[in-house]
Amino acid sequence: MLKLIGSRLLQMVLIMAVVSLVLFLIFDSDKFKKQIAVAELGGFAVSALSEVDYQAWLDKKGLNVPFYDRYLKWVGGVVTGDLGRSFEKNEPVGRLLVERLANTGIIAFWVFAVMIPLSLTLGVIAGMKEGAVRDRVVSFLAVFTTSLPEIATAIVLTVIFALGLRWVPANSAMVNGWDWRQIVLPVMTLVLYDFGYVARMTRASMAEVMTSQYIRTAVLKGLPHRRVILRHALRNALIAPFTIIVLQLNWLLSGVVVVEVFFQYAGFGKLLLDAALFGDIYVIQAATLVAVFVAVLSQIISDIGYTFLNPRIRFS
Amino acid sequence: MTTVGLVAAVPPSVPLLKRLQRPRLLLALILLMWMPLTIHVMFGGLLSEPLRTGVLLPAIPAALLLYTVAVMSWQESPIAIVGVTLVFFWLVVAVSVPFLPLVDPNKPIAPFADIGALKNGHYFLLGADFKGRDMLSRMLWGCQRVLVWGVTATLVAYVVGSILGLLAGYLGGWWDQAISFLSNVLLSFPVMVLFILILNYLGPSGFNIVIAVTFASAPAIMRIVRGLTLDTKSRDYIFAAQTRGEHPLRIMIYELLPNARGPIIVDACLRLGYTTVAITTLTFLGLGLQPPDPDWGLMIKESTKVAMLFRFSYMLLIPALSVSSLILGFNLMADGLREMSLKD
Repeated sequence: MLKLIGSRLLQMVLIMAVVSLVLFLIFDSDKFKKQIAVAELGGFAVSALSEVDYQAWLDKKGLNVPFYDRYLKWVGGVVTGDLGRSFEKNEPVGRLLVERLANTGIIAFWVFAVMIPLSLTLGVIAGMKEGAVRDRVVSFLAVFTTSLPEIATAIVLTVIFALGLRWVPANSAMVNGWDWRQIVLPVMTLVLYDFGYVARMTRASMAEVMTSQYIRTAVLKGLPHRRVILRHALRNALIAPFTIIVLQLNWLLSGVVVVEVFFQYAGFGKLLLDAALFGDIYVIQAATLVAVFVAVLSQIISDIGYTFLNPRIRFS
Repeated sequence: MTTVGLVAAVPPSVPLLKRLQRPRLLLALILLMWMPLTIHVMFGGLLSEPLRTGVLLPAIPAALLLYTVAVMSWQESPIAIVGVTLVFFWLVVAVSVPFLPLVDPNKPIAPFADIGALKNGHYFLLGADFKGRDMLSRMLWGCQRVLVWGVTATLVAYVVGSILGLLAGYLGGWWDQAISFLSNVLLSFPVMVLFILILNYLGPSGFNIVIAVTFASAPAIMRIVRGLTLDTKSRDYIFAAQTRGEHPLRIMIYELLPNARGPIIVDACLRLGYTTVAITTLTFLGLGLQPPDPDWGLMIKESTKVAMLFRFSYMLLIPALSVSSLILGFNLMADGLREMSLKD
């Protein structure tokens, strides 16, 4: 077990090193440096930038050293907790990232807080009796909501609840300070897109457990239906959904980009997109590494959790 | 919309339609529908006008025929038929839209005309957008680019992913190690992060979307194909082929791949849905297809700045619902196919 965790962590470090090196190579090209220079110095276009100005700017920013020099310095900085400065916002990347991650964390917390009970309940109800009306309703609902892309869900919800009924604001930029009503629509969008998948997986797992021998034995022993479901079936039926729920963290980092951009919410996804469009290398670098870190960590947790929960699987 | 025209087009209908279900004829029919559409959308700028629209003419009967064949052979699954109807509705629209009596989708007529308004001598069935362009026309024209680029991107991702999966699964050893590590690196990115990085580096365009989707999807496809290959590798017919002294390449393509096609086809339908979502989303984020030609993602992107009023919400709802119906079609098709493949 420890060996498994160790090798996975080692692989994660290796992956992150490869990724950061490739990103550095890409953003070291003249094309990107000129793009940033123009944005900072205030010119009309890359073509209007004079060579002298460009070189002077490179000198000032310390960008005219070979890239491996810069990369090594950056790696040294990361180890000591310094992630560099943002070109666009002129702030230390570390502080910016923590602030934005906290905002996204709030959304993620509420998404999971709503999605897990909702999808597990629906999945269990549907899987209890395969082919029943409630099973068909839940299954269709799950396919339908998952087929609406986040952007379409966001639009439909905005039109109904913000523009039509005016219950919540359509914009989540939080210009006048924190307001809980502004995260309702982003959370709803993500939950609606995501619960269908988890519900379907729970349903499949539950349906499989319900056909197994020990459930039949429990029913034949004359145990009450409620007890069979709660004490016997659920325990095994919820192993598979657990791993899937943890893996949703990875997906959430993708989904959050669209939702945050659409609702103008200042979170991690919007930071990443803005930085990418601006060519803000240190921000992209740090944000990508965080994303990869979260994604790989969620994979490891789901693997370990699955092993831990399912006594039939043992790694030698 | 289709059956009346078809009975006339296909004389003693039953035998011919049955014959059309053979793989080779079916492939020819798909190509007859697909090639003109691809040429029209990707290389339309190079062709002059009568040729540019005319190239789509053979694709219309091909699309209608394909739809009938699909409905006939998937009769046992109502879900698949609903899905295939949604998908083929947009496919038929894509190939026939230049011949429909619509106004030019890029021509500004009357800004902010309401649904059903009669303004400047034009009747707006679905209203006009903020520049005064007819929404109905833009909605119907908008399906062309997303369909062509979506299918092309999925296809390329499948070719690359299958080759890598076959190599990793069949040859094993170092091939497997190297390819698996590469795909692990790519799979550890959240998909949208990968898309943003690649498209930001290459620049926004249809061809670059194909590359980005390949990078994002090929690792997952490779895993599926690798698993299927490992499963079929130990079958007797593979040993027979090896004993006959066949080249590994030949075994991979003629023996392994056809026997793994079932799960691959179901996954491809799902992946078509994902790719459609990705293209629309990326276009909305400003990293995908470029204006002025209509596209659903672009329509959403342009409208979010001006249409945040209930009265103008149709500008957002129309493209959003169109893209959802297409994706729902792909997903239902995948569901129906999976159901049918489990029955056999």
